[in-house]
Amino acid sequence: MLATRALSLVGKRAISTSICVRGGHGVAKVDDYNPLPDVQFVTELSAVQKSLKEKEKGSWATLSNEEKIALYRISFKQSFAEMNEGTKEWKSVIAGMFFFIGMTGLVVLWQRKFVYGPVPPTFESEWKEKEVQRMLDMRINPVEGFSAKWDYENKEWKK
Amino acid sequence: MFRPVVRLSTSGVRSLTRTRQCYSAPLASRCYSHAKVETDEEFDARWVTYFSKPDIDAWELKKGMNTLIGYDLVPEPKILDSALRACRRLNDLASAIRILEAVKDKSGPHKDIYPYLIQELQPTLIELGISTPEDLGMDIL
Repeated sequence: MLATRALSLVGKRAISTSICVRGGHGVAKVDDYNPLPDVQFVTELSAVQKSLKEKEKGSWATLSNEEKIALYRISFKQSFAEMNEGTKEWKSVIAGMFFFIGMTGLVVLWQRKFVYGPVPPTFESEWKEKEVQRMLDMRINPVEGFSAKWDYENKEWKK
Repeated sequence: MFRPVVRLSTSGVRSLTRTRQCYSAPLASRCYSHAKVETDEEFDARWVTYFSKPDIDAWELKKGMNTLIGYDLVPEPKILDSALRACRRLNDLASAIRILEAVKDKSGPHKDIYPYLIQELQPTLIELGISTPEDLGMDIL
């Protein structure tokens, strides 16, 4: 475990050192979960930033909140909150799902109308009534099943 | 160490140690490693010493923090205290704030860890003049 982590760290460092850093914003790849990246975000400091960096060498209590935030932004592109922010991608995913389900529904309806032939006559109500009567006459499953639920005395289904 | 309580995973070496100490007569031989297992206190002490190096350089700070955050635990306040002081020696306020953000993130769903850490670190934060991410409004978008 330690060996694989060492390997992965070596691998990651190799990647980050080989990436060329352009002025202002490096192209450094953000490692999976390294809170302190190798390369700071802003590489070429403006005059204001340089003077701020000098002030950082003194007491930090003298720095205002804006200055502290500015120092943070020099080193890091995004705060943890910004980094962990979710995208709104899930909305597109749900929308896509509904869209394709809808499309499928249209296809199914079209198929029913234009592809499938008529349903067999055995599904008609009249046929079914005669079929049920025939099954009852034959005493289909008279013990616990079909005919067992029919009340032959009163000629109706048992309650 | 704020270890996940329910975990008996391989990364939880200490939990393995605890079960071993209760283990009486071995009925069947097990293939446990014979490596010496580090206690919590030794772990903490090692990391405090690492960050306490007077002439620590920026790379060592980054490497140490990244490694520490890679572990399956939230570091003790004393380790963080040592790390924050290392940031002070390196004149790196941004990393100090980043460390606080990282341990909050590391606590995951256990929302009570971070306030405790801040409470324990409060004297150091005041002494060094480090603002928490919350003070700077950086914890929200």
